[in-house]
Amino acid sequence: MDTQNADARPVISARASSASASGTRKTLPMPVRYAINAVLVLIFLVVGELMIDGGVITRYQSTVLEQVGIYIILAVSLNIATGYLGQLPLGHAGFMSVGGYGCAIFLTRMMPVLGLTARDFVTGSPVCVFLLIGGLLVGGVCAAICGIIIGIPALRLKGDYLAIITLAFSEIIRVVMLNIDAVVGFKLTGGAAGLTGIPGYTNFLNVFITVVVVCFLIHTMMKSRHGRAILAIRDNEIAAEASGVNTTYYKTLAFVVSAFFAGVAGGLYAGCIGVMQPAVFGFMKSIEILVMVVLGGMGSMLGSVISATFLTILPEALRAFSEYRMIVYAVVLILVMIFRPQGLLGSYDFSLSRIIERVMNRDFPWKKKQTVRAEEVSADA
Amino acid sequence: MPSTNRKRSALVQLETPNLIPERDLGHTPVLEAQHLGIEFGGLKAVDDFNIAMGRTEISGLIGPNGAGKTTIFNLLTNVYRPTRGTVLLDGVDTAGKSVAEVNKMGIARTFQNIRLFNDMTVEQNVLVGFGNAMTTHLLTDMLRLPGHWKQEAEFHERALELLDIFDMRGFADTWAGNLPYGAQRRLEILRALATGPKVLLLDEPAAGMNPAETEELMENIQKIRDEFQIAILLIEHDMSLVMGVCEVVGVLDYGRIIAKGTPEEIQNDPKVIEAYLGKQEVN
Repeated sequence: MDTQNADARPVISARASSASASGTRKTLPMPVRYAINAVLVLIFLVVGELMIDGGVITRYQSTVLEQVGIYIILAVSLNIATGYLGQLPLGHAGFMSVGGYGCAIFLTRMMPVLGLTARDFVTGSPVCVFLLIGGLLVGGVCAAICGIIIGIPALRLKGDYLAIITLAFSEIIRVVMLNIDAVVGFKLTGGAAGLTGIPGYTNFLNVFITVVVVCFLIHTMMKSRHGRAILAIRDNEIAAEASGVNTTYYKTLAFVVSAFFAGVAGGLYAGCIGVMQPAVFGFMKSIEILVMVVLGGMGSMLGSVISATFLTILPEALRAFSEYRMIVYAVVLILVMIFRPQGLLGSYDFSLSRIIERVMNRDFPWKKKQTVRAEEVSADA
Repeated sequence: MPSTNRKRSALVQLETPNLIPERDLGHTPVLEAQHLGIEFGGLKAVDDFNIAMGRTEISGLIGPNGAGKTTIFNLLTNVYRPTRGTVLLDGVDTAGKSVAEVNKMGIARTFQNIRLFNDMTVEQNVLVGFGNAMTTHLLTDMLRLPGHWKQEAEFHERALELLDIFDMRGFADTWAGNLPYGAQRRLEILRALATGPKVLLLDEPAAGMNPAETEELMENIQKIRDEFQIAILLIEHDMSLVMGVCEVVGVLDYGRIIAKGTPEEIQNDPKVIEAYLGKQEVN
């Protein structure tokens, strides 16, 4: 959402915005905006790759980075349902596990068919790239199908009730993963022992690219008629319905898109850890992801990214004090909830293009107040 | 009040107990309710409500508090399911349709207590209403294909043109929740208009407005009717507004229509006076 900070909203902004709408304001054309963002992404990517190749970042640290990326995807995807749609689902880990299993089973079954070994994924042959993209899509689609099945009945409920039912559904998914082998009669998920032999296809490069693609797709969805309908439901469901928004459809859509990207993240997670165990995707995992969204600010993509990064690195950094890290984790959360209940960034979203436009127009926050005041004076006179 | 010197079209009595302006005769009524009623438990909130609205008619619905006026709006927009009776929009029965579908069919409404999308800008509020006319597929939007840009540019322009009606173009980037009260009411009407209605239902549009603002609203209601060629049904307690713009006025008391006619007839109807002021003791 392209919004200013909730606190920083000008109380009387009509005059300021009418001045900016008068046509003198310089804006960046769309291709330039995209070019700026693409350059920014490339710089990040190249610097990251160089640091990993040069050994500045150790193997362990790059694994942490991969997990940061996976948690970013999980947080921004949950943010669709929580921040944009305004519902409170607690079953995100369930979708993640479905996606993870879907992707891992697809890849491990396809490898012998195509005559590939786990080593091919590490070296990265073209077939493997396509197979990996296919695997992540399969994971996403599996999760999205679960999202539809769960979403249609669950989204009739609101608030706490929705939280409870989604929580129950994710527990059902976990138990299904645990016991499905005995039901189908052959080895599918590996039960409690877990699914092993997953090739380690996840690396910094593909996690980074997936994060960028997911953030782009969520951003573009929210900045379209579909996104506006979802935001309208959050702001006022009755009015949205009276304005022709099919609330059932858009609630389900937001929920399913959220589940789809969680499934993609699960696919990357499977390749990062190498073993899929149902016990990992319990209630606490869902809470962990929800905390990232709430901490970052509901409805702020940048907030989700920052808090996912912070909350993934923090426990790793505190590993030396592993006895106390949960305490620190809790204290950080309590402090944020006391001093910034709307989350670190509220609903603010970062836009480099907007900052550049402001510089182009010499339109700085400290300058704006003065011009408004000057206009008021001239209006009085 | 310049209400008396506005020229009104003559009213025509239909076979049903309904009146429509003469100029709308010969077209099917755009909105027709027949024997509409709803009960909550044993309470008949609305009983045997009939209306037939001409295509460009401005009608008013008045009545004491709790008479069932807003309930009628909720029945017409399918928020409540009527216990009996039918609603026809342009001759098509709206029974069984969802609220959103009824809106797409052509009934738009505003609310007594303003319901805007407060955390969206004014333009975005209007664009939500334009959602009915937008057709891009989700993937076209997500992948930013040319169709997306074309449509967004077109509707950006249309949204600003719509805002021009109430001189609100300058507010386009303002948060709806930060608008002054009167502007919020106007924005709600614009959002309803953006959905492309045939009938516009206004629930107390003048509530909380001063006489000057009410006067402006009266002009605007007529302007909307003339420009969009739609029918407008409004609930209002402000009699200067009702008497000023409405061609037909219905009076509701305890869920029943007790009188219907031109504003002048209504003002002198003893039953209406009784409903509002009580019966005069004759000694």
